Parts: sequence; C-alpha cells; structure tokens
Amino acid sequence: MGNIEKITISLRGIKKLYKVGDQEVAALNGIDLDIKEGEFAALMGPSGSGKSTLMNILGCLDRPSVGSYRLDGQEVAHLSDDMLAKTRNQKIGFVFQNFNLLSRISALENVALPLVYAGVDSDEREERAMYFLEQVGLADRADHQPNELSGGQRQRVAIARALVNDPQIIMADEPTGNLDTKSTKEIMEIFQSMHEKGRTIILVTHEPDIAVCASRQLLVRDGVITRDEGKGVVLDVV
Amino acid sequence: MAFTALLANKMRSLLTMLGIIIGVGAVIAMVSVGMGVKSDVVSSISSLGSNMLIVSPGSTDRGGIRGAAGSRTNLKYDDALAIKEKAKNIDFVSPSVSRSYQIVYGNQNWNSSVMGVTPEYMSIRSLEVGTGSFITENDNNKRNRVAVIGSTVATNLFGTSNPVGQNIRVNNQPFKVIGVLESKGQSSMGQDQDDVVIVPLTTAMERLMAMDYVSSVNIQVSDSNKMDQVQEDIEVLLRQRHKIIGGKADDFNVRNMTSLMETMNQTTTMLTILLGSIAGISLVVGGIGIMNIMMVSVTERTREIGIRKALGATFQNIMMQFLIESVVIGVIGGIIGIGIGCGLSMLVGKFGNFTTVITPLPVFVSFSFSVGIGLFFGIYPARKAAKLDPIEALRYE
Repeated sequence: MGNIEKITISLRGIKKLYKVGDQEVAALNGIDLDIKEGEFAALMGPSGSGKSTLMNILGCLDRPSVGSYRLDGQEVAHLSDDMLAKTRNQKIGFVFQNFNLLSRISALENVALPLVYAGVDSDEREERAMYFLEQVGLADRADHQPNELSGGQRQRVAIARALVNDPQIIMADEPTGNLDTKSTKEIMEIFQSMHEKGRTIILVTHEPDIAVCASRQLLVRDGVITRDEGKGVVLDVV
Repeated sequence: MAFTALLANKMRSLLTMLGIIIGVGAVIAMVSVGMGVKSDVVSSISSLGSNMLIVSPGSTDRGGIRGAAGSRTNLKYDDALAIKEKAKNIDFVSPSVSRSYQIVYGNQNWNSSVMGVTPEYMSIRSLEVGTGSFITENDNNKRNRVAVIGSTVATNLFGTSNPVGQNIRVNNQPFKVIGVLESKGQSSMGQDQDDVVIVPLTTAMERLMAMDYVSSVNIQVSDSNKMDQVQEDIEVLLRQRHKIIGGKADDFNVRNMTSLMETMNQTTTMLTILLGSIAGISLVVGGIGIMNIMMVSVTERTREIGIRKALGATFQNIMMQFLIESVVIGVIGGIIGIGIGCGLSMLVGKFGNFTTVITPLPVFVSFSFSVGIGLFFGIYPARKAAKLDPIEALRYE
C-alpha cells in the first residue's frame, strides 16, 4: 500500500430530507466523513438513527438531498439511476444480512452475476467466479443452489459475489445478523483477512462485539456522526 | 435466463402460453376454413368456367339496321381451330352450336336443346359421363350420328331403362346414344343443366342444322392471371382472320367471367377476414393474459429485481430480462399454436364438411402477431420492474 493516505470515501455536508406531511424531516443532518483506503469501518447506531440511510447513500443505492460524495475521487452524489447502477457494479460489493442470493440459480452463477452486468463474457465470468468461490472455501459447492447451503455458506457465497468485480469498497449490512455463533466467527475471519489484504470495508452492525473487530468505529445518532473511535473502544449503541 | 425463470413456474408459464396457443391456433384454423370456402367457391365457379373466354359472333348490320348479338354467321369452325393453334396459355378450345329439337324414342318424346360440341367440351365444363362414354375426336371427324344425353332427357325418354346403345331420333334423324351424363343439377342461373343432348360438332353443323358457322367458342385459359392477355391475343387473331382493319368495329365478342369471380372472391375474402379477426380477438385476450402473469411475476420477483439492481443492473438490463421472458412466451406459444392450428384445420378438413386450406400467410402473420403481443404486453410490466427503486425492492418481503 504505497499511497497510505488515499481517501476512498469523502462525504461533505450530506443531508437527506424527507417530506412528512408539511414538515421536512432530516434523516441525515450534515455528515462529514472520510474513509481511507484499506480502512475497516464499523457503522453503528440504534434504529431510526439514520444509519440505514447513510449506508444506502454510501452504497450508491440512494442520493443525498444536499452535499457531496466523492467515491474513489469521483463525485457520485447526483448521478442518474443508470450511472449509480454502474458505479455500484464497479466500485461497491454488497453483503446483506439475509444474503440476497437468487434462489433459482447455482452458487457459481450467483457469484458471477455482477460480472453479467459488467459485460464480462461468460468464460471469464465462470473463471473469476470460481476463483472467488475458492477464496471463501466453497469451490466444491459451486453447482449447489442457495437453498442447499447452510446460512454460513450462503453468506460466504454472498461475500464471493461482493468481491468478484474487484470493488473499491465492501458494504456489509449486518452480515452476521442471521447467523449462529460459529458461522459468525467464520464470516468475521473472512472480513478480517480481507481487511489484511487491504480492502476497504464498511460494516453496519448494532452488535458492539462485532464492531470491535473493525479498525474504526462510527456511531450515528439523530442523523449525525456522534462518535468516531479507533480500534478497541466498545461503543454503547443504546 | 428467461428460460430458467419460465421453467421455475412451468404450470403458470404453460397456462399463460395457452392463451397465445389458443389464439394462434384459432386464427390459423379459422382462416384455413375461410380459405377453404374460398377455394371451394373458386373451384365451383371455375367448373362453370371462370377461366373461360367465350367468343360469340357479333350482330349483323345491314344498312344501319342492327340484328341481335350473335346473329352474324361469320364465326367459323376454322376460327376456333386457328385460336387453338396460335393462341398461347390456352388449355381447351371448344366451339359449339346449339338449337332446340324434338327428341323421340319409341312412343316418348321430349323437347331439348341439342348441342354440337367437340370432345374438349367435356373438360371445359367438367362434365362426367355416368354410363357409356363421351363423343370422341373420331365421332367428330366422321360426323357420326351419336349422342350423349343428360339425365333429365334420359329419364323422360327412357324411364328407368338403360339408354346406352339405343337409338333416338333428333329432327327425324337417328342418333345412337353412347353415354349418359352424370347429373349436374341446376346451374346458378336456375337452368337445368341435365336437360341437354350432346352430339359431335360436325354432325350437328352439317347433318342436323346445316350451318357453316358456330354459335360460340368456349376457351379455357390455363392461368387466370393471363385472361386479359389471352383475350387480347384472340381479338387480334380474329380481327386478322376476319380482315378487320383500322378503327373498324369487331364482328365478334369476347367475354369473360372474371367479374363474377371477383365478386365471389370479395365475398369469401370478407368471410376469411371476419373469421380471422374473431379468432384474432382471442389472440389479444391471450396477450392480456401474458401481461397479467408478467405483472404477477414482477411483483413476486421484486426482491430479485432489487438484488439485480444492487449488483449493477441498469434500467435496460431489467427491462430486457422481462421483455425477453414475455417474448419467449409469445414465441413458444406461437409455435405450439401453429402446430395445433394446422392440426385442427386438417382434422376439420378430414372429418368436417369444410375444405380447409393452410397458407403460409396466416401462419406467418399470427406467429409474428403472437410475438408482437408478447412484446407489447410485456412492455408495461417490464417497465414497472425496471423502474423499481432498489432500496424498496430489497426491503420487499
């Protein structure tokens, strides 16, 4: 990592406003945040804090009402739907709480899905998907459909899918929320090793013992970041 | 991808296709019945002589006093032979003469029209001989006194006994009956087509009626599209033979029956369009079925759409995915529908009282229509899918 101080994510004055009746409610109320390349940041906060909204904006699923979001040097705050889709495809890998795998296709095809939309031809898709399945230790399950896999295995397929297009950041939304302790441990180990390899990871969670794995912990409350701590501090979410 | 989705809901896909299958099948079957009726009508008209040109002599003109049409006596047997020899695209040429005579057998008598014709008359009018045989070239050349009688004449003179081989007297001359025609019933003009006695042309002209001209020449043209051409050729040829030059009027008439044919054609085409469009409605209903199912499918797969969008699918990607699905329903439904429609129309043709004719046009049209319907009725659901907000879609349970 020659360029140590490279900023991958840069938020400035991000606000997200919703109209409820006549009133405007701010789900996010002025967020400034820099996340450096290779950082493993945990995003925490109680429900209703604006944590999900922030994650949606970071994941380019949503646009802020006001403010600037530079992802990998490119302004993405006010792109069109299709440009956002392209950005998600190329720069962001998603890992969801409920895995969000397509149930009718095999693990390998699931992993290869982002490459379909990236326009990669089918031979290369298969090759790359297989490589990442191997990385998460599921090469022998490539032909299985998601419902033939355990929860931990499904989440590993999802991680392989998040990695397959070599994105700048991995967005993980409560990735261990639906898993038992053993699987949780396995998954967190995978995140750790990704972090060691220099991936930028944003982990959304409400469990403090998961968040402590991260190198940086951010607490969101009432639409603003209230605390920004390093590794080792246990933040009390509630 | 589209196939995977369709296979995942086999029963539903099949039921959706059923609408298209029935629609396409109905269009093909109905149109083939319509076309069958058309070809029936065409063939029955052409049995009357639709491809027929009739040459008759013109009217006389003596010092400005004009006679009836056909009163001239200058249309000769040789003219008919010349037409046969020189004009192209002609199947048969049949000159004829006709006059009414009293026919006598034993103590029975009957008044009927006697026609002198050449053997080709049989083909040109699609006559069939029930018992015995038709007059031959030989009879014509030798001016034999032989006669083929219609069934009305046979019944009136012979009752139930077999006329073949018996002698009848026509205008007091003996004629040997060599055949009895198969009954053709009434013509469309209400004439009894079985009330006729047919004798060789030369016999009629020279021995019976003592005329050196014919009263008409029937010409069957091989191709209905060439009617006008042949008609013109014949007019030119006859003008030459009759030495009519410059702007002088023809001394003969050439008529054809295409106008009757056109009317009938119009009627049957209307019938075909009517049948086809009624069946077409079921195709549209089938299309609405596709739309219905695609809407359900979009709702049901909201989450899948959300996932795909999160992973980078654009509006166009999602749109195409659902459009292809509905078009595939249209294509497969269309293909099965073609099979069923063709099968159905063959069955109707075999066991029903209809003639059915399958032509490539309705097959092609209804197939492209079914694909088009899949496309058209797929657009709205596909747009709906493509416009889904990924956050909402991912949250959908």
